[in-house]
Amino acid sequence: MESAILMEWHVQVGDVVKKGQVIGEVETSKGVIEIEVFENGVITELLVEEESDCAVGTPLAIISNESATQEEVIQEKPQKEEAPIEPTPPQSVVQEEQPKPPKVEEPKEVSTIKPSDRIQISPAAKKRVQELGIDIATLAKEDGSPIQLQDIPTTKDNVEKPTKQEQVTSKEKPKDPMRNAIAKAMSLSNREIPHYYLNTTINVTPALKFLEELNAQRDISKRILPATLLIRACVKALQAVPQLNGFWVENEHQISPTINPGVAIALRKKGLITPALLDAGSLSLDETMEQFGDLIKRARGGKLKGSELSQQTITISNLGDLGVDEVYGVIYPPQVAVIGLGRISDAPWVIGDGLTVRKVLKATIAGDHRATDGRTGALFLDKLDKLLQNPKELL
Amino acid sequence: MTQIEIQNIIIEEILNIAPDIEEDEIELNENIQRSLEIDSFDFLNMLVALKERIGVEVPEADYAKVDTVENMSGYFMERL
Repeated sequence: MESAILMEWHVQVGDVVKKGQVIGEVETSKGVIEIEVFENGVITELLVEEESDCAVGTPLAIISNESATQEEVIQEKPQKEEAPIEPTPPQSVVQEEQPKPPKVEEPKEVSTIKPSDRIQISPAAKKRVQELGIDIATLAKEDGSPIQLQDIPTTKDNVEKPTKQEQVTSKEKPKDPMRNAIAKAMSLSNREIPHYYLNTTINVTPALKFLEELNAQRDISKRILPATLLIRACVKALQAVPQLNGFWVENEHQISPTINPGVAIALRKKGLITPALLDAGSLSLDETMEQFGDLIKRARGGKLKGSELSQQTITISNLGDLGVDEVYGVIYPPQVAVIGLGRISDAPWVIGDGLTVRKVLKATIAGDHRATDGRTGALFLDKLDKLLQNPKELL
Repeated sequence: MTQIEIQNIIIEEILNIAPDIEEDEIELNENIQRSLEIDSFDFLNMLVALKERIGVEVPEADYAKVDTVENMSGYFMERL
């Protein structure tokens, strides 16, 4: 993701904000995301106007601590494509897509610089500039680096109204931003991550029986879905095998202390999204069902929090509802594993020397071989299997 | 309630749960979940809504009997 549109501020200058409060909304290639604050303080300045398009990583607003005079710039966390995700956000931060304030300079001011003075320009860029009849001074970069061909707008019109959106509008917008974001991440994954794949067939009859008995005593609206029990089992298994829950960043394996599984949610015609079920390790089975339901509703309604779209520590892809037997996942960098769950079906099952029929599920894991070995993946699948044989442990 | 009326209620609830689906995409004899990408979460919500409107609760053990719109309307009809 390279840019986003700040849709709406929920706060004004002077408002007191608390950690976790949603202060605005941005529209990105992944849908509308709520911007959260990570510190308590007072909004002293909003640096971006509503409905402006801005590049990733630039300041959106300034919050000052009530106690200290020190001001802190709010930026939204870097998105996962660009940078490693940290389990906890960097201090005081809601970093988001915004042009840097200097970019807002009036064009007049910029053009007072004489082209001959200090503006360096590549030959190809110079030729294009002359063809278009653009004043080189309007293209001068604030850091003084040479102007390249890619810096020149394709038509003169674009340069006539240099605004703070300049950087972004000169780029062609992808037709389907979500597809584009997935394409980038998956290409990176396939190019750089040496995946290993393991699969195991799990007898889920005991787990389904357990759910059936549990649900029989409940109102239909309080039923626990098998998909939720499976998420809960995966999370518990990850607590036993934490190596798969984390990141590969700068040639180093980082294990995340919190488990935020990105759960694949189909948006039907609008693609698929994998928001995080935040701190799933702290949720009971009922809470997991509640939070998961809420997450699905908000994912389809387009109201997810920024943290839910950026703090995934592992991905769980359950395609069983679509009738798939097995899922061979592609890891979402910088994560180091993806768990795949297929459909639950009747299958022949051997018990002792007899043959019977059981409900079975094929669970797979795709692991990043730089971070872990097949042995780690095997330990995880074994733990998952054991938990599903003793589903009471999952409550 | 006639079976046609029940069928219409089921279709209405499918459209409520998944507003992005067009009515003419719903085939009466196709598996509801797979043909329309209704996941188990949506399907459960749909059964909750249908219980409100029709008064029949579908136990989990009977999910296989309510896989298509036609089977589901027949299932409700028998239990009204």
